[in-house]
Amino acid sequence: MSAPVTEPRPLARESFIELTARERVRAVLDAGRFRELLSPFDRLHSPWLERQGVVPQEDDGVVLARGRIDGEPAVVAAVESAFQGGSIGEVAGTKIACALELVARDHARGVPTRPVLLLETGGVRLQEANLGLAVIAEIHAAIVALRPRVPVVGVVAGMVGCFGGMSLAAALCSHLVMTRQARLGMNGPEVIEQEAGLDELDASDRRLVWSLVGGEQRHATGLADALVEDDVAAVAAAVRAAFRSGRPARHRTEQVELFLDRLAAIDPAGPPEPAALRQAWGNEEGA
Amino acid sequence: METLEFRYPARDPVGRRAHVGVVGSGDLEVLLEPSGDGEARVRIRTTVDGYGQVWRNVLDRLFSRYHGAAAIEVNDFGATPGMVLLRLEQAIEESAP
Repeated sequence: MSAPVTEPRPLARESFIELTARERVRAVLDAGRFRELLSPFDRLHSPWLERQGVVPQEDDGVVLARGRIDGEPAVVAAVESAFQGGSIGEVAGTKIACALELVARDHARGVPTRPVLLLETGGVRLQEANLGLAVIAEIHAAIVALRPRVPVVGVVAGMVGCFGGMSLAAALCSHLVMTRQARLGMNGPEVIEQEAGLDELDASDRRLVWSLVGGEQRHATGLADALVEDDVAAVAAAVRAAFRSGRPARHRTEQVELFLDRLAAIDPAGPPEPAALRQAWGNEEGA
Repeated sequence: METLEFRYPARDPVGRRAHVGVVGSGDLEVLLEPSGDGEARVRIRTTVDGYGQVWRNVLDRLFSRYHGAAAIEVNDFGATPGMVLLRLEQAIEESAP
């Protein structure tokens, strides 16, 4: 007897990846609880893009909202990857940093607001260079300042992924949720190929790229905490589960010795294959 | 990049403001609000230069059957005329009283 065949049910799922940033925020918050902060009608767009011949977006590609998650107050910030590749300019980054500071203010007056970052970004916006980098550092500082009070939950769903300085923001999160389609890394594959050559990495080899920086590998090597299907309900459930599990005993970025030892064990001349790295860094039970 | 402005006479009140679309490849962002007077105004920022007449044609067609006193802002990232019309109609639908 063969095992019963499970029919794929493509229509039973609602893709999270295909949602816009604003729809993603709604999807993560409890139904009917969505109050946008600094909406497009506040016209807080980038003052730098137009003078460089780039059409701005009125929310600068970041959507902020207050609402509830599991009935608890929450603030969600989401990056819109369709606008300038989800790049972080001065305004976009400041909005995220301010959202985190808003959460800190809530906690200071006893309101247990939950912070969520929906990251879909290539990193700093090159047209705004240093201003973008400076504010990404503010985001990092704000995450670190919040972590002792409340878990900071990050989601990288794809398809852009999360790169550059914002990959550090993802790494600083207390809990990181990824899909198989998502990617997480410091330098994007195209950048590595351009800087180090085709011998180092063929950025057009999708299987290779995802085997290195894809959500499944990041989860299996312990750099992401939850691997979920590209499904609205699954992402929303993973965010809720992350808050229920509370703050980790030690954040990844507090385990400096562990990661230094792991890096010291790697020979850069013959780096481990993705499968070997899973063995060595192991988080196999969830993979 | 080019900025264009158009005006049309209007008579119908606009119910509420509406925001649709994204400034992404082949798409556009539309912000629609009550203009506060008896006129419709459209301000367009577009990445593609030299298409003023095409924008006028699209808007002439729209305002031949829509008479809302709306202030409309468009941030365009190379959308086709069909896409532009769809997004404008979507915004109008969402702004209905």
